[in-house]
Amino acid sequence: MTGAAPILEVRGIGKVYGSVIALSDISISVGAGEVVCVLGDNGAGKSTLLKVLAGVHPHTSGEVLLDGRAIRFAGPRNALDAGIATVYQDLAIVPLMPVWRNFFLGAELSSGVGPFSRLRVAEMRAITLAQLGRMGIDLRDVNQPIGTLSGGERQSVAIARAIHFGARVVILDEPTSALGVKQAGVVLRYVAQARDRGLGVVFVTHNPHHAYPVGDRFLVLNRGASLGEFDKAGIGIEELTRLMAGGAELETLAREIERG
Amino acid sequence: MTTLTPVRSRTGDERLAVTHPVKRLLRRPEMGAFIAALVIFGYFSVSTAAFLTPAGAATWLYSASLFGIMAVAVAMLMIGGEFDLSAGAMTGTTGLLVGAFTTQWGMNLWLAMLLALLIALAVGAVNGLLVVKTGIPSFIVTLATFFILQGVNLAGTKLLTGQVAIQGMTLVPGFEAGKVIFGGVIPVFGLDLKVSVFWWIGLTAVTSWVLLRTRYGNWIFAIGGQLQSAMQTGIPVRRTRIGLFLGTAAAGWLVGMLSLFDVATVQATTGIGQEFIYIICAVVGGCLLTGGYGSAIGAALGALIYGMILQGIVFAQWDNNWLKAFLGGMLLLAVLVNLSVRRQAGVRA
Ligand SMILES: Nc1ncnc2c1ncn2[C@@H]1O[C@H](COP(=O)(O)OP(=O)(O)OP(=O)(O)O)[C@@H](O)[C@H]1O
Ligand SMILES: [Mg+2]
Repeated sequence: MTGAAPILEVRGIGKVYGSVIALSDISISVGAGEVVCVLGDNGAGKSTLLKVLAGVHPHTSGEVLLDGRAIRFAGPRNALDAGIATVYQDLAIVPLMPVWRNFFLGAELSSGVGPFSRLRVAEMRAITLAQLGRMGIDLRDVNQPIGTLSGGERQSVAIARAIHFGARVVILDEPTSALGVKQAGVVLRYVAQARDRGLGVVFVTHNPHHAYPVGDRFLVLNRGASLGEFDKAGIGIEELTRLMAGGAELETLAREIERG
Repeated sequence: MTTLTPVRSRTGDERLAVTHPVKRLLRRPEMGAFIAALVIFGYFSVSTAAFLTPAGAATWLYSASLFGIMAVAVAMLMIGGEFDLSAGAMTGTTGLLVGAFTTQWGMNLWLAMLLALLIALAVGAVNGLLVVKTGIPSFIVTLATFFILQGVNLAGTKLLTGQVAIQGMTLVPGFEAGKVIFGGVIPVFGLDLKVSVFWWIGLTAVTSWVLLRTRYGNWIFAIGGQLQSAMQTGIPVRRTRIGLFLGTAAAGWLVGMLSLFDVATVQATTGIGQEFIYIICAVVGGCLLTGGYGSAIGAALGALIYGMILQGIVFAQWDNNWLKAFLGGMLLLAVLVNLSVRRQAGVRA
């Protein structure tokens, strides 16, 4: 723990979708210059937790604190205005729209007031190209519909967007799932860079090999509940992996596969 | 002697096939409608004597303008992923309201028009609120509104006048002044164009600009293209969607006024059955029925095509019923073209 005051914190949070209890009693905080990894199996509730942090879904119990003060985000715009940007698992892109329009979706640059304000198209195109270039994504054309990009390219655009707009906290929901080795490396380096710039990062992943090198702390979820929060010093990568997979099961599986 | 230049230096990116400017133009959503409009224009110009005369052209432009104003508003709504089946009946409702307020109750004309606009906007707001709050498809919500308006138009008119139309608008004080704005004629190059043609062109230009060059436009495309993403990126989704329903309602009012001042009589059946024509014009103009894609200029061209066919058939002295068959064929063709556009513009699964 760095000991820095947390920017964003949740205490004893719970989320119920109708009769589905997706999360119960989860606490987590992220401070400036800190990378918190959230790990867990499919359906563990990772995305649900992030959606609460990003202001998409209101929580049903517990509290969310921003800079130590209790807050209830009315929507993603609230969270974005507070400097919290998110890469959603579904990427939050509109396939038929050009890459540059997707990049600035909801945060378009425009000049002029009221009904006469107009988009600063050339500037937005240039920024998009530059930001993607910085990520090592060399796009053919920022005017092409984003739906025509490869899965990894789309993911990279969403990440570049979050890094560009996230002034304080960046939340990433499985940003490396569709990426090649090189791009996954670039994303991890990005996470590290963001941390060094003083941003808080919440990083969700299935892959402990991606989480371990960059993470400062690890929250392991299972079936909507926490299996514990660990400092990097307090846990090794093997143990983390075992914890995620539900302990002994993985060893039995390994033995079975070897025999087969 | 040959010098080899690296491909990159010429094109910027070697993976990008150089697209011919013409080809790029062809990819625009309104291109199909543009070509179809040219063909139909050419056909009727050659095959009928009246089509190209100033009087003839003014006639089909006028037809096109009334449908065009609605088609443009409906296209904007469809890009946002919704339908408004009450848009046709609304043109009747607003005209009838003004007629009833003035001829039956002696209300000031301008006040009556303002009141009719407010009522139209209220109906649009109800449509929008129901869709946004309940998640019921707009197709159903506005189908219900359509039937309600249709019933009210007919029964209300009969109740008030004992007839199926409201007449006598010319006697209402201020009618002549209103006619200048909504029913006047402006000569351009020997064409006596009805003022509605200018409303149509102006509205198309403004809508096009809003869609392509303002944040609202961006939001509308996003909402229609992927609602979930629009919400997650913090776009004011509810406000924008309700605004689109207000837009079609306001356009219904405008067209209601344009026809009211043109003929000084309002039939109780005005606009009924036209709601699908607006949608067809928008689709012919490149709007996807699934939302998220289309253009205002395309919808205006779709209406132009409709206006030309509507009057062209009359000039050619064909059986009027061919119009419907034509329309169905056009729609099918447009949907097929749009489908391939969508595939090409590439929505990967
Ligand atoms: N909108 C919803 N309505 C009802 N149930 C939901 C909803 N969203 C998520 N759930 C349920 O909540 C649980 C947790 O889902 P969540 O998406 O948070 O899992 P996850 O950890 O992100 O999984 P994955 O690794 O597959 O992305 C799941 O059982 C899911 O079915
Ligand atoms: Mg998830």
